Amino acid sequence: MGEPPSGRGWVAQVRDGEVLLVLSQNWTETEFDPAELAPMLTLLEQGHWKSIRFDSSRMGRLGSSLLAFLDSIRSTALRQHIGFDEAGLPDSTRHMMRLLPTSSPAAAPPQPVSLLERIGLRVIASGGEWFAATRLLGQILLRSGAALRGQANLRKVDVLACLSEAGAGALPVVALVNFLVGGIIAFVGSVELRRFGADIYIANLVGVAEVRELAPIMTAIVMSGRTGSAYAAQIATMQGTDELDALRVIGISPDDYLVLPRVAALSIMMPLLNLYAAAIGIFGGFCVAILMLNLSPAVFVAHLEDAVTIPEVLFGVVKSLAFGAWVAISSCRIGLRAGRSASDVGRAATTASVTGIVGVILIDAVFAVCANALGL
Amino acid sequence: MASAAIQPKIRVRDLSVSYSTEVIQQGVSFDVREGSIFAVMGASGSGKSTILRAMTGLLRPSAGSVCFGDLDYWSSSDARREQIGRSFGVLFQGGALWSSMTAAENVALPLQMFTKLAAPAITALVQLKLSLVGLQTGRDGLPSTLSGGMRQRVGLARALALDPQILFLDEPSAGLDPTSSKRFDDLIRDLRDGFGATIVMVSHELPSLLDICDDGVFLDADRKTATAHGAPAALRDHSADPVVHAFMTRAIPSALIVAPTGDPNGGA
Repeated sequence: MGEPPSGRGWVAQVRDGEVLLVLSQNWTETEFDPAELAPMLTLLEQGHWKSIRFDSSRMGRLGSSLLAFLDSIRSTALRQHIGFDEAGLPDSTRHMMRLLPTSSPAAAPPQPVSLLERIGLRVIASGGEWFAATRLLGQILLRSGAALRGQANLRKVDVLACLSEAGAGALPVVALVNFLVGGIIAFVGSVELRRFGADIYIANLVGVAEVRELAPIMTAIVMSGRTGSAYAAQIATMQGTDELDALRVIGISPDDYLVLPRVAALSIMMPLLNLYAAAIGIFGGFCVAILMLNLSPAVFVAHLEDAVTIPEVLFGVVKSLAFGAWVAISSCRIGLRAGRSASDVGRAATTASVTGIVGVILIDAVFAVCANALGL
Repeated sequence: MASAAIQPKIRVRDLSVSYSTEVIQQGVSFDVREGSIFAVMGASGSGKSTILRAMTGLLRPSAGSVCFGDLDYWSSSDARREQIGRSFGVLFQGGALWSSMTAAENVALPLQMFTKLAAPAITALVQLKLSLVGLQTGRDGLPSTLSGGMRQRVGLARALALDPQILFLDEPSAGLDPTSSKRFDDLIRDLRDGFGATIVMVSHELPSLLDICDDGVFLDADRKTATAHGAPAALRDHSADPVVHAFMTRAIPSALIVAPTGDPNGGA
């Protein structure tokens, strides 16, 4: 054996088959470095020692780093059948050592999951998710029948609060977005139409585009980002604080109490917001046409009356209804299946708004194909 | 560096705390000796936790001072307060663990943020703290997978992460069964004896208070001020104040019973 090892705050001395560890200085946690203590453990592992003793007469303040050091010495000593004589340690240190278990808990190594298995698990999970979402949809349809007969567990005040939040609360942002979109369509469209001398048809363009497509889509996107993500976050938070369990245990189904008012509110409000949005959008186009393209108001209105027919308006309204139901049901479902942590709530809100928007565009595509086939 | 040495001796003088216009407590004064386990006692809603918030820098008191040694906490600069705060460990009610991190990560975060320790050192210290508080399983589980008692333990391990000189415990044994509660009390006393930390705990659990606290202050919910000072056991045996006596002995004093109508003493 060469020179006995030492490190910051400790010196090992070797005598008669015994190791004496002399501790000095303060053992503050901020200077802890396990690598610096390794020579001590090597010393214990390599020799045939009877016991290890301690001298702490010059030691300063006790910190966790000393405990970690002593703990690793103790487990090495135990493994090597070296006596661990703690008599030389201060009372407080001995006290803390007794709190530490002599055998560290065996950590189960995480099982690696193969790529194939991961894909399989995802597919199974998404299948289950579709099943649950479809079940929720059916449940809501059944329960809305019950609600209309006054047999569901929901309070009128909740429905009214949801209606006001999803309806009146959304008016400013829906108006702003649709006014600008209407104006932009009029402006961009006029550049092309003017090349054919057809810029008096700007009213037809804005009217049809707003009523059939832009107002329903823009409103649904705004509502998905604004209200859908809020629904998901609210329900996910209630999940985390056991509020859903508190409802279930007294026999109130969260489907009735939380999902139904929200689905009803958005399904009612989305078509109404759509009509409002279409009007504001056309007004946006009107403003641009009058102020910037020098069309006369009378011509604009005449063309508008010609282009926008009742079936066109109804088509937009029906689409909005579907969008509203989709945004509300998907958001609530995402909230209901969210985890319990703070980041789960955030993830639920993000997923809800993305799912809402993507779903709205897909549904719109289906409507477009159907309308084409039916010649609408 | 992290625990810039402060004197773990607390002097609270004429402390008043309020939420906007509602006064919670006023004119509260007490001293916490170094190395003692100090109890802030009182009925539910008497403002115990609020006083603790004023001591840990979460709520600026409306009047009065909190001094650590010679250092007046609330008249120090923001930077200084933050520095003082690092020598605190706080266990919140129910643990208040960060829900998206595992138990081990919860304990590791203060070490990662406020020390320059290498990753292996942090791992070793985290495992040490979790062993100290007796958490043998579930170290890599999210808080939602842990039981209430385990969460409480992880919360304590996190409070101990930076080897604090002062430990603030808000209802440490709330929600624990009597056996776990007793073990937790023993643990708190062991930590005081081992690390020499000063401990301030808020509690209304009589057995804990009587068992481990060697000094304390009693906050009265109605009079909104401190009405008794001393060790819980001494207050139980000697306090003349009927409210304190009732609290410490679980007896409802006759003066506090609302008399039924018709009783000659029952008038306002």
